[in-house]
Amino acid sequence: MATPAEKITGFEPRITAFVCNWCTYTGADLAGTSRLQMSPNVRIIRLPCTGRIDPLFILKAFERGADGVIVSGCHPADCHYTSGNYHARRRFAVLKELLEFVGVESGRVTFSWVSASEGQKWREVVNGATERVRELGPFDAYRALAGSRP
Amino acid sequence: MRELQELARKLLADGTVKVVIGWEEGPHGVRPAFVVDPDRADRLVFDERCTHNLASYLSPRRPHLTRLGKPAVVVKGCDARAVAGLIRESQLKREEIVVIGVRCGGVLADPSTAEPLSAETVADRCAGCQAREPHLADHLVGEAHPEPPGKGGRDARIGELEAMTAQERWGFWQAELARCVRCNACREVCPMCFCERCVADKTQPQWIESSPHARGNLAWHVARALHQAGRCVDCGECERACPADIPLGLLNRKMARVVEQRFGYRAGDDPAAPAPIGVFKLDDAQEFIL
Repeated sequence: MATPAEKITGFEPRITAFVCNWCTYTGADLAGTSRLQMSPNVRIIRLPCTGRIDPLFILKAFERGADGVIVSGCHPADCHYTSGNYHARRRFAVLKELLEFVGVESGRVTFSWVSASEGQKWREVVNGATERVRELGPFDAYRALAGSRP
Repeated sequence: MRELQELARKLLADGTVKVVIGWEEGPHGVRPAFVVDPDRADRLVFDERCTHNLASYLSPRRPHLTRLGKPAVVVKGCDARAVAGLIRESQLKREEIVVIGVRCGGVLADPSTAEPLSAETVADRCAGCQAREPHLADHLVGEAHPEPPGKGGRDARIGELEAMTAQERWGFWQAELARCVRCNACREVCPMCFCERCVADKTQPQWIESSPHARGNLAWHVARALHQAGRCVDCGECERACPADIPLGLLNRKMARVVEQRFGYRAGDDPAAPAPIGVFKLDDAQEFIL
């Protein structure tokens, strides 16, 4: 399902980023205000905390056509709600292994900690995830599950 | 067997419990039984056909059973883990139930079969079982049995899957999940699926498509496996109940292995052990996080 732009330029990965409000969103904002150039393939969804990210969000992103997903929040010990990221870390550890077990390539889901001062690191995360997904190509296997539906 | 029937009769007669949940002889092998009359306690049986995990009937989402009054439940060692799980997750209070433990020497994969226990007929989870005597029990009955036969093929199968490429694994699971008719038998039979309202039943927003369709099937089985991570007691009921023979035990076993390896937790029958998803350590491994 190529967009008009993709028909001209080829495959452009669509990546959904679930980020926490306090660290990574602010870090991404810093990257923007610092005028850092990075790949434009990432759509950010801001949530209060990585602890708010239900693994079903990530599946839903794939269902709606994402080729890759980034999940990012505060470094350990930095959580605005004290322990949300620690809980999320356990959940993501299990999720990551399960997704690999059912056959989702590991490069499609990127987990990272990016603090409010790490605009540079956010750029690396975004560029890295985009490159990995670009190499893997469009997630046609997941889209094919829907049959002819978009 | 006599010992079990006598104990059930006594508990019912002296009013300690109102119902004894056990197994009885049915038209197609053994089946779950709910004995409320002390004179009928001789219906109860226990042998290698008693595969069913009766802890499912303790779940608070079965009010028609809780209305019967205080239950005594007959459990094997593996089932006792589910009772402990329900207590651990505040679904049940220990003093609200009486636990009758039976010593077990392995059960048949199919409770309707009349064949003796052998390496071919034994349930896969029984090989190398470490929980053949429930520690949680108030009363422990039956004699000690020899170790169950069989080697258990699941870990080898998981190893084979892990050795495949991601595309091959995807193909394997798509072929398996394509048979799913979304009857929810795996959920209904599971003692640890105790949510009053399942995420799969929610429609606004609908997280998991409810029709038997490849996309919804994948979402359901991934969500189920995740919710069972650190919760599954490996009683094998989901796989036995599945009319489409989907190897759900592989997903559960994989999750159990991840939880044990990462968080050092193995499902046991100690209700005081904290559930691994729900607690954390400051130094949990995070090699997968950039």
